[in-house]
Amino acid sequence: MLLVVAVPLAACSPSLNGCSWQGNCTEPRDTTIFAAASLFPAFTNIGSQFQANEVKARGRVVTRLRFIGAGTQMLTAQIQQGAHADVFASADTAHMATLEDAGMLSGPARTFAHNKLEIAVAKGNPKHVQTLADLSRAGLVVVLADPSVPAGKYAQQALSKARVTVRPASLELQVTSVLSKIALGEADAGIVYVSDVTSNAKVSGVTIPDEQNVIADYPIAILKSATNTTAAQAFVDLVLSPDGQAILKAAGFQGA
Amino acid sequence: MSQVRIPAALIALAGLGLLFFLLPLAGLIVRAPWDQAVAGITAPETVTALGLSLFCSVAATGIALVLGIPLAVVLSRNTGNLRGVMRALTTLPMVLPPVVGGVALLLAFGRRGLVGSLLDQAFGIQIPFTTAAAVMAETFVAMPFLVIAVEGGLRSLDPRYEEAARALGAKGWMVFARVTLPLLRPAIFSGAVLCWARALGEFGATITFAGNFPGRTQTVPIAVYVALETRPDSAIVLSLILLAVSVAILVGMRDRWLGAL
Repeated sequence: MLLVVAVPLAACSPSLNGCSWQGNCTEPRDTTIFAAASLFPAFTNIGSQFQANEVKARGRVVTRLRFIGAGTQMLTAQIQQGAHADVFASADTAHMATLEDAGMLSGPARTFAHNKLEIAVAKGNPKHVQTLADLSRAGLVVVLADPSVPAGKYAQQALSKARVTVRPASLELQVTSVLSKIALGEADAGIVYVSDVTSNAKVSGVTIPDEQNVIADYPIAILKSATNTTAAQAFVDLVLSPDGQAILKAAGFQGA
Repeated sequence: MSQVRIPAALIALAGLGLLFFLLPLAGLIVRAPWDQAVAGITAPETVTALGLSLFCSVAATGIALVLGIPLAVVLSRNTGNLRGVMRALTTLPMVLPPVVGGVALLLAFGRRGLVGSLLDQAFGIQIPFTTAAAVMAETFVAMPFLVIAVEGGLRSLDPRYEEAARALGAKGWMVFARVTLPLLRPAIFSGAVLCWARALGEFGATITFAGNFPGRTQTVPIAVYVALETRPDSAIVLSLILLAVSVAILVGMRDRWLGAL
């Protein structure tokens, strides 16, 4: 399942923006950003900032950012199969390394954020979940991400650190599905990222102590197949800039 | 009778269309790890997914037969606006994106759903994330195929057989069981096979309503999706199995409806 959002454009009317057949085209150019599902809320905001910066500097929208959000494993597979993307932001270093080993990155990946795990529960924590050990409680419907998804892999690591065995009701294919099952009330608890809880008003978070927690590293890179490298570089720079880092922190991430 | 000549442009486009169907299949067959195919089919996770898929799709077809044939009878005997509305409702799952179907099922039969919340409170029954949920998702998506096929059969039925039975003193249920049903056998059979094939391939509604857990709700299509990333070879082997089943259905039914289609 993919989430696609094109950042809304200010004052862009095809008939008025002077896009002629001779090629002096001022139609905004697409830049495609593949981002881990957990990054979606933060990147949407960074995208708005990007657009605002562009309008300030150039007087108009030059780049149309297209965000494709899905599980990191799915995005990696799609890029390997030839899907076009300019920028890839992964929820773990392993999948980025896969693309690097395949020679698909135009330069080294840079870590731009960290994320920790948190137990997500229904708003107000009606089932009184306090620790990871509580997740093994009988009658509690627990949903995790599949181990092929970074969030699922991290959750397994955290559970084994805490020496807890959980019998999950489902292994979802992206971390946002874990969140939505809890937000819908179909599951009582799940393990997601701190940023997921921050961005969702319908769930509460239960902190996992550092000694049991896992730090997820988020690397970002420009792909060799990028067609709009200038804009791709500008986006990566913005993500790493104080402005971008502030947006990420507001969304629950830890800075680079 | 003289053969009507088909314009060359049409033939070229038809060839393209055929190629479009053929190439993905060729891709599957060419890229399949044939040397590992046997190991792939007998791998425990494959066997588990296959067994579950078989169970769920057969159960869904069973439910579709029990509920779908009466529904087809009612649809075929009704006229006017009510029939139009009922028919639209019945065929809706055929055109509805399966994921939307899954969300709708959650909102109806989930713990907080219209019916699900009552079930939970009264009996402590929770449907999502269970094999029952996978069966329900498949039934929701696949039953229309059976209803449509049976309704078509009913409408092409010669009413004189039923009239004759009634004239000889048979009552409503007797006429249905001894005259209508046997006459409908071909339509029921082809409808059931179509329904089963659709249930076997169901992905979107299942993943949304039933989730993904090996042995409980991870049917073959979901296993293919999960394996594509971590074990691409088993994803291809599982896909081949589904392809083989589909081909078997087409070959097996060629006399019944392939020719007439």
